[in-house]
Amino acid sequence: MKRNPHRTQNIAFFFLLVAMLLIVVPVSLIVVIIIQKGLPAINWQFLSDVPRQGMRAGGIFPAIVGTIYLVTGAIIFALPIGLLAAIYLSEYSKDNPLNRIIKLAIVNLAGVPSVVYGLFGLALFVVFFKFGASILSGSLTLGIMILPIIITTSREALESVPQSFREVSLSLGASKWQTIRHIVLPNAIPGILTGTILGLGRAAGETAPILFTVAAFYLPQLPKSIFDQAMALPYHLYVISTQVPNVDEKIRYGTAFVLLALVLFMNLVAIIIRYKFRKKKKW
Amino acid sequence: MVKFEINDLNIWFDSTQALKDVSMQILPNEVLSVIGPSNSGKTTFLRMLNRMNDLNPNFRMSGNVMFEKEDIMKIDVELLRRKIGMVFALPLPLPLSIFDNVAYGVRMHGLTDKTRMAEKVREALRQGYLWDEVKDRLTESAFKLSGGQQQRLCIARTLAVEPEVILFDEPCSGLDPISTAKVEDAMVKLKEKYTIILVTNNVKQAARVGDRTAFFLNGELVELDKTDKIFTAPRDKRTDGYIRGKFG
Repeated sequence: MKRNPHRTQNIAFFFLLVAMLLIVVPVSLIVVIIIQKGLPAINWQFLSDVPRQGMRAGGIFPAIVGTIYLVTGAIIFALPIGLLAAIYLSEYSKDNPLNRIIKLAIVNLAGVPSVVYGLFGLALFVVFFKFGASILSGSLTLGIMILPIIITTSREALESVPQSFREVSLSLGASKWQTIRHIVLPNAIPGILTGTILGLGRAAGETAPILFTVAAFYLPQLPKSIFDQAMALPYHLYVISTQVPNVDEKIRYGTAFVLLALVLFMNLVAIIIRYKFRKKKKW
Repeated sequence: MVKFEINDLNIWFDSTQALKDVSMQILPNEVLSVIGPSNSGKTTFLRMLNRMNDLNPNFRMSGNVMFEKEDIMKIDVELLRRKIGMVFALPLPLPLSIFDNVAYGVRMHGLTDKTRMAEKVREALRQGYLWDEVKDRLTESAFKLSGGQQQRLCIARTLAVEPEVILFDEPCSGLDPISTAKVEDAMVKLKEKYTIILVTNNVKQAARVGDRTAFFLNGELVELDKTDKIFTAPRDKRTDGYIRGKFG
């Protein structure tokens, strides 16, 4: 049989298309189903009221607030530390076996199961530092979980700034720090924000790390300080889906919808900032 | 008074030797052309003078380079680079506006006064023969300029720092003949105030611009003499072969 290049091309094209659909179809189905089943639950009371009747009615306001606090805390903790670590790794550390192992280890930390971070947070923050189950412990645990993501993406962003820019700046008598501060960092910000977006989404959605460190099963009042426990959307979703019988499906999907929308909204803010910086980029 | 005195300079990158036993002097307010085929060590030599080689982790050296009787390895490297400016082979504007490109060096050295800054930028752009072309578009990105304009911007940026020496690393290699002529004009005018060291692949350019010319081959300084002598009666037959275009 003679080879038909046209046919092999069609076969290849078919498999590529199937692979693409295998990704797109489930993702769109998830979104569509959550919107379809969750949207009817969304009203002002659902967003602004505390859960009532054993979480079978009322709203999810404390969980929304809790998740916002936790994500904000995690970013406040992880972004500066991650960025500084990334600057050190990309600009100052020498290329030797030890540093290569450190970089590899950080990349691999991003793949550690989140429940392991949860246990770590329980041991370190809740028990050892005696922060108790609190927003502080939860934020720090989430922060540690997203550190590897932020470090790795920031490092890649810093390293993608052309070496020639650094040489020019140094040749004009600028110090190394001035070069980093005025030339390297401004051009790496879009990439750093991409890492922050990824970290944000992960911190908002994970259940396991907050399970032992902050999440309250049912806490109808808002937290008053960072040493209080709080409800959080992913954990609340888990609770009303598996721990409390006879919760209306509408409420469960409504909670998932709010979580999705919240993550999307936070990402949108970061994307807009990134877009502003990209527009300022002059090369 | 000599500007640079170089004694038995050897440079290695890893185990490859890039410069071998180079000794020479560079005089104030001269244009020294450095010629030689690629891989002859001329760029390594140039980058030694403002210590850009330090950036390569595999760099090793022996011998010494004295700048105004002081060992450059003992001078504060930022101060050294302020006094010894550099223009690179390709036009390399920073990702900033035209104005900020020229202001960058001065700003990094601590000048904050806006009026003084504007004066300095204007003066530097005039000296780089670019002012008339860009005076109405100083806030535009430097990347919007043509290649030749970008290279003159880089010269102006170097001049703004008010160095004593300017190192040119094949500054016209990416430029068309007309832009090249403009850059060369700028260089000749500049030698009244500055010491200029010009690395070039273009033998004719070396002859046009240089007071003295140094010929490098395989990391060795083969010959250093007055430019007309190098080009009319070189002592070494390898120099003769190179400038006649027999190799390289």
